[in-house]
Amino acid sequence: MKLAVLEALNAERAARRPTLLVTELGSGRQRVVRPAEIAGDPLAEPLTEALRTGRSRLVEAGNERLFLTVQVPSPRLVITGAVHISQALAPMAASAGFTVIIIDPRTAFATPERFPAIDLRAEWPDVVLPELRLDAFTAFAALTHDSKIDDPALVEALARECFYVGALGSRKTHAARLERLAAQGLAREALARIHAPIGLDIGAVSPAEIAVSILGEVIADLRRRAPARERAA
Amino acid sequence: MFAREEDVLEAAARWRREGRAVALATVVETWGSAPRPVGSHLAIDGEGNFLGSVSGGCVEGAVVAEAAEVIAQGAPRLLEFGVADATAWQVGLSCGGRIAVYVEKVD
Repeated sequence: MKLAVLEALNAERAARRPTLLVTELGSGRQRVVRPAEIAGDPLAEPLTEALRTGRSRLVEAGNERLFLTVQVPSPRLVITGAVHISQALAPMAASAGFTVIIIDPRTAFATPERFPAIDLRAEWPDVVLPELRLDAFTAFAALTHDSKIDDPALVEALARECFYVGALGSRKTHAARLERLAAQGLAREALARIHAPIGLDIGAVSPAEIAVSILGEVIADLRRRAPARERAA
Repeated sequence: MFAREEDVLEAAARWRREGRAVALATVVETWGSAPRPVGSHLAIDGEGNFLGSVSGGCVEGAVVAEAAEVIAQGAPRLLEFGVADATAWQVGLSCGGRIAVYVEKVD
């Protein structure tokens, strides 16, 4: 592999753009194919399929065996709330491969001491979210219990088709939240995408256990449900 | 250090820019139960340091040894590991699966 090809793959990934690499296993020849270039490629059909499923695979064309590497943006977890659960969730999610970003305008919560080595934004969601450009490879969890912070972020996460959207709170809290969001004009189908009460039902009690249940639910949606990402591709 | 897939590709590029000899191994095919999915990467430098994995640790040693030859000779290689290849390879997958690993030089 030419270093330039490797650098191109790394640059596309850093920019969160899906990319494909075609490798002729016999000769070692390679080419980078961006989604917009697929239609004009001799391997258009298998490339389209590979991008749709997100799965790298071997294909045969004539006498040549080719490997199609699919590189989709790495998963992110964006959280509102620099709270106790987030302190447990952020490092867990980071070691599971997620890029984690925590948003909380309350500077008493959002301190580097409470969140060492985590990307922490002590700002309101409407300031931070536009620059983060939420996408179908991003999971969003609303954990503040404060509707002034969580609601605008939930609206943005649903609009941007985040592959997972979850919100902390009891059924009663969530019912009130749904009423508020519906009053803002959100469609019922969009609201139905919110996981609430948040997390898998594992009887979690402590903040760390709740973090495990949330991360498990996020991973289940990442691995089992491709439709949102297919739409994005 | 624990490495994510993207860390492996970043490291491979960084090592090469630093002037180190580098090979990249990729799982291109699996049959039956295999420890790492197709597309998984292992980056290897000229001194045998490596990052990432192509199996659960079963065949990394053999891939690193092959990588040294790929670095020396320049041509890519396609390696197969598995129970069926017990006579050709001293290493195999205890899970009973088979994998094909493509090893190429980064230059």
